[in-house]
Amino acid sequence: MSADVRTVPLSPAPERTRGRPPRAGWRVVAAKEFGDYLSNVRFWILLLILGLAAATTVYFAASAVRDIASNLSGGGTVFIAMFTVAPSDLSTSQPAQIPPFYGLVGFLLPLVGIAFGFDAINGERAQGTLPRLLAQPIHRDDVINGKFAAGLAVIATVLVAITGLIAAIGIVRLGITPGIDEVARLIAWLVVSIVYVGFWLAFATLCSVALRRAATSALVAIGLWLLVTIFATFLVSTIAGILAPGGSGSSIDDQVANANWTQFLSSLSPSTLYQQATVVLLNPTYQTVGVILPSQAQQLQTGGIPTILPFSQSLLLIWPQVVAIVGLTVACFAVAYVLFLRQEVRA
Amino acid sequence: MTEHAIAEPVAPAPLDHEILVSTRRLTKRYEERVAVDRLDLEVRAGEIFGLLGQNGAGKTTTILMLLGLTEPTSGEARVAGLDPQRSPLEVKRRVGYLPDAVGFYGDLTGRQNLRYTARLNGLPSGEAGARIGEVLEQVGLTDRADTRVDTYSRGMLQRLGIADALVKDPDLLILDEPTTAIDPIGVVEILDLLRRLVRERELAILLSSHLLTQVQSVCDRIGIFAAGRLIAQGTLDELARRYGSEAGELLVGVEPATAHARDEVAALLRSVDGAAAVETIEDGEDGDWRWRVDVAAGRDLSEVRAATLAAVTGAGFRLADLGRRPPSLEEIYRRAVERAAVTAGANPRRPGTPRRSGSPAAGDRVVSRRPPPQSRDAGRSAPTPGAGT
Repeated sequence: MSADVRTVPLSPAPERTRGRPPRAGWRVVAAKEFGDYLSNVRFWILLLILGLAAATTVYFAASAVRDIASNLSGGGTVFIAMFTVAPSDLSTSQPAQIPPFYGLVGFLLPLVGIAFGFDAINGERAQGTLPRLLAQPIHRDDVINGKFAAGLAVIATVLVAITGLIAAIGIVRLGITPGIDEVARLIAWLVVSIVYVGFWLAFATLCSVALRRAATSALVAIGLWLLVTIFATFLVSTIAGILAPGGSGSSIDDQVANANWTQFLSSLSPSTLYQQATVVLLNPTYQTVGVILPSQAQQLQTGGIPTILPFSQSLLLIWPQVVAIVGLTVACFAVAYVLFLRQEVRA
Repeated sequence: MTEHAIAEPVAPAPLDHEILVSTRRLTKRYEERVAVDRLDLEVRAGEIFGLLGQNGAGKTTTILMLLGLTEPTSGEARVAGLDPQRSPLEVKRRVGYLPDAVGFYGDLTGRQNLRYTARLNGLPSGEAGARIGEVLEQVGLTDRADTRVDTYSRGMLQRLGIADALVKDPDLLILDEPTTAIDPIGVVEILDLLRRLVRERELAILLSSHLLTQVQSVCDRIGIFAAGRLIAQGTLDELARRYGSEAGELLVGVEPATAHARDEVAALLRSVDGAAAVETIEDGEDGDWRWRVDVAAGRDLSEVRAATLAAVTGAGFRLADLGRRPPSLEEIYRRAVERAAVTAGANPRRPGTPRRSGSPAAGDRVVSRRPPPQSRDAGRSAPTPGAGT
């Protein structure tokens, strides 16, 4: 490679043309990251895990759906039942040790979000590409936005594709014709799920900005996930018990106060919010996500026939949850932006 | 530090050319430490400006401030007439930057990496392809352009980094340690390329390095950095005049230069009043011995020269050569740093050689041990034919 250097003619100087910096730098970043993800091992793991979840659903849930279809009063919710029924073993009719599809997805989404975001910025730093990237005519937040958009796009594509596949197989194999209401519920559930995974992606990105090492960043993100999924219930009831003691012997007012605190504290946890939203969206019989007073419970019990809520009403019911998740996501972004802007570029 | 100590003669650089970099009292403070202290700098189109200094002297911080990647504590910077803090995108569109320890996406090929840069700069894809091919050829990477970057050597990464900085067709090229990992022959090629770019494209290059010989061979003007301050700047001639007057070197050759005489002459020269150090050099060309006498600081070069002449002839040797050698950039650097430390009075640290300890950079050493150039002009030109002007 030695001799050719000197003989290469330079292009004539007067004809220099220069590009205009892209108006939306994040799109360039997102396009590149999207391409990277598709050839990345993470993408295949995501596809494999969600594919397995879909396969078990299709395989086991079909029989379960047949069983419950006859018991369902409304008839209009059989399609949705495919995603919500816990798969039961064909031979024993015992519930298998596998949660229903929506439960699996709700469990896996945070991990997927973390997997796609935990090394967004510190990975660039470790590779030594960050100073070079930031010396190009783009804003710093373009880097964060582009990576977030690409990650979310990949996850959303896979999630929508697999859910669509289950729906299609269900329609063909079981001969279920979904009503408009059911399709709307499924789409709404997908949207909420994507918003939810967006929170975890944003949180993981925040970790990747704040923490220099990718391993630390992944551990911190997974730590939060464990906290909100496993320890949240325990923590929430403990704190609520301290703030508003409401034992079995206490008055109704005390118990309501305790329950309200519990609900407020749980609504700080994105996973609780998501669960509430999912349950309401996929179960048209759920009419509230809040505290059920004894009188209401009694009413529900004695009322006999559960009423089925129209989709629009369910949507209204979960609106606060969705807004809360979006709010948490935006908060993660805001912190990530501020931290990233203040950070030194050099390695 | 007083103002007059910084003041330097105005550059002889092409004064009619566009000023691409100018800073006024640019300062960056990190809590306790002052990384860059009241920097006044000016770089014009058509020149190569070398920032010289130890690691941690503030070179990289200066560069980051010029790119708008770090906010100055006080003072102001202008790049192509723009404030890098207020219009960072416009500045970054016009400036090509090679960071220290440059990195690329390992799972992409060299060409794909450059394509990403081109897209980030908004180059239309057809034009970008041609441009990328051109810059890859210029840095000599054409035959490896389509292999994954994680198979590249450090030196190849650095070449790719230079290509990357050139993709956007910049007005100003900022190169942070551009040649540290490149082999000696590659260095010559790269420096030659930089020279040609300046000559043919009229761009300005600001390069930082701790490799003195490279800076000396390629830069039109040099700025010496120490502990955040620019303690001297100017052409090599100006710096030599300024820092070379108080001391210098003598090059002594005697006849007969036998092996027996070798130690005797060295001892003799060491005894000369005003000689600070004596080094014996084997002259590769005619197999003779020569001695390099460092004149002690504060002594007059001519007096010491006369004393040496007297000593050698008095001992019965015939003098074959008694040349005066202008101080090398290394000495200029050392003296500038020492003098600045004395002036400042607050910096007891005596910076030694500016090289990174443990990485003696073979190529650099080879060049600096060559027989001294006969004139300053010869010393300034790049070691390649046609590289200087």
